[in-house]
Amino acid sequence: MAKSCGVFAVFKSEDDLVRAAKAGREQKNFKFYDAFTPYPIHGLDDVMGIRRSFLPWVTFVFGIIGTITALILQIWTSAFDWALNVGGKPYTSLPAFIPVVFELTVLFGGLGTVAALFYVCKMPNLNPRILHPDITKDRFVLFVPSNEAGYNEGDVIQFLKGFKPEEVSAVTE
Amino acid sequence: MTTEARLERTPLVTGHKTYADVNDDVCRPLESWPTKKWWIALTIAATVFGIHILSLGRLITHGIGNLGLNSPVGWGSDIINFVFWIGIGHAGTLISAILFLFRQKWRTSINRAAEAMTIFAVLTAGLFPLMHTGRQWLAFFWLLPYPNFRGPLWVNFRSPLLWDVFAVSTYLTISAVFWYVGLIPDLASVRDRAKNKIRKAIYSVLSLGWTGSQRNWSHYETTYLLLAGLSTPLVLSVHTIVSFDFATSLLPGWHTTIFPPYFVAGAIFSGFAMVVTLLVLCREIFDLQDYITVNHLENMNKIILLTGSMVGYAYASEFFMAWYSGNAYERFIFIQRALGPYAWSYWTMIGCNVIWPQLFWKKSWRRNIKLMFIISILVNIGMWYERFVIIVTSLNNDFLPSSWRSYYPTLWDWGWTFGSFGMFFTFFLLFCRTLPMIAMSEVKGVMNTGHKGDHHG
Repeated sequence: MAKSCGVFAVFKSEDDLVRAAKAGREQKNFKFYDAFTPYPIHGLDDVMGIRRSFLPWVTFVFGIIGTITALILQIWTSAFDWALNVGGKPYTSLPAFIPVVFELTVLFGGLGTVAALFYVCKMPNLNPRILHPDITKDRFVLFVPSNEAGYNEGDVIQFLKGFKPEEVSAVTE
Repeated sequence: MTTEARLERTPLVTGHKTYADVNDDVCRPLESWPTKKWWIALTIAATVFGIHILSLGRLITHGIGNLGLNSPVGWGSDIINFVFWIGIGHAGTLISAILFLFRQKWRTSINRAAEAMTIFAVLTAGLFPLMHTGRQWLAFFWLLPYPNFRGPLWVNFRSPLLWDVFAVSTYLTISAVFWYVGLIPDLASVRDRAKNKIRKAIYSVLSLGWTGSQRNWSHYETTYLLLAGLSTPLVLSVHTIVSFDFATSLLPGWHTTIFPPYFVAGAIFSGFAMVVTLLVLCREIFDLQDYITVNHLENMNKIILLTGSMVGYAYASEFFMAWYSGNAYERFIFIQRALGPYAWSYWTMIGCNVIWPQLFWKKSWRRNIKLMFIISILVNIGMWYERFVIIVTSLNNDFLPSSWRSYYPTLWDWGWTFGSFGMFFTFFLLFCRTLPMIAMSEVKGVMNTGHKGDHHG
């Protein structure tokens, strides 16, 4: 048998998955395991010890970059590079620059967040490992990778079988 | 009735569906040969779209002198249609972002289609001011700040028309990204159930390798929340800036501070009416009555009633301010609107926007599909006339009676006004056939609402 890189269990119900995930962390101290679900299950992050996403910081930083870009662009073009007197208004007419500042803040913040999402989720990936074809339909999968501390394939299979899975198998690559 | 029973919520999805049913029902239109109803609809839409293309072609090759623009009415159907279509787009973002932030779970069945509508409406809208620039192939150089050898000369950042360029393009980009991020898990569903190799390949690329991992869901949900948070002020800013095009001018009837909230309320009003029109049709054509229930439609009708009344309040308030300001020009314009040569358009607007939606106070009428379909169309006619009234009546009677002139739309004006609906509906019909019309992953998350102890799957 080829060396496996982990074990996964397929559940028919959300509750079984959550119970298995909870026990996995509390009893087996799993750290790298993952769940695969058709929709986000609220509260599963806490159960599995997944930390809060850091993406809001990315939004904040990109938003600030957008703000600064818009200010520099407008002040530099309107007041320095080719200062044009429009209706006697000041060259640096900050109140009039606010709409573009706002729009570019949102634009940079939004695109930066999505770029960061793609980066952390390793997307696009044309060859993803799909453990079960029904994950995107109605099956809930818990995957325990072989790099968990004290991983023993037989033990993990026995452990997962205790939560009424539909199927438990090893993943070989 | 016990207290507990009374507190139970109405199910958001009816018909005792399982998770697998959701995939089957939503993906069916994608995986089967289009129905006859769809072909008929597409043929009509594409024909009307043809009229649009023909009109656009005429305006590009022969110039915008073909439109009924004159002096003083320098803004005609192009700006009317621009504001109209941008307004339509606003409901999509309201449903996807604002209702998300307010935790209105019923939005899950309708947000996908409404967001698609937003994108198509903004695309339709964007063409109008672009055509209005005259030599469209040069528009890029006029609208965007780019380094050039004429100075360099830059765009005027103090002009609301330029703010519009930034607002509308940001709005289109962020809406499209928001929509696509929402689509990713559903595209993965289509990929995983695809039997046909080509379909599998296409949706594999489109779904970007989504696996449904909880570690990804965690980031995904954060992103979705952030995008909703960004889109909410964005959507309010877009129509605010559109209203600045008018409000920053000195024309009576335009130069008012009420314009931003008044325009935003009107935009949401017309957008919801368009969503109702589309969804009433879609749920019939694609058999989605269990997902887009009468409750969903009723909720939308409540928002139509609310925003319609806000718009009515704005109309009244404008009149009051015209009198209260003591400004003779302002008073004259408003009296002209209600009693002058364009009174027919003013009263069409009042009837369609303020009076007919009041029928929605009665619950059984609010839930009547035929009635809401008719009212939704009336509202759209009314909102088109609102922009007509604002633009034409303020321009045609300007300060100097010797230059007063009426606005006569030409055949080309009507051609692209009518044709733009063809463009919008063609895009929408193609969307219904190629992408999941209902956000499956989101619907699954709220399916247990109202079904106590009833675990699906």
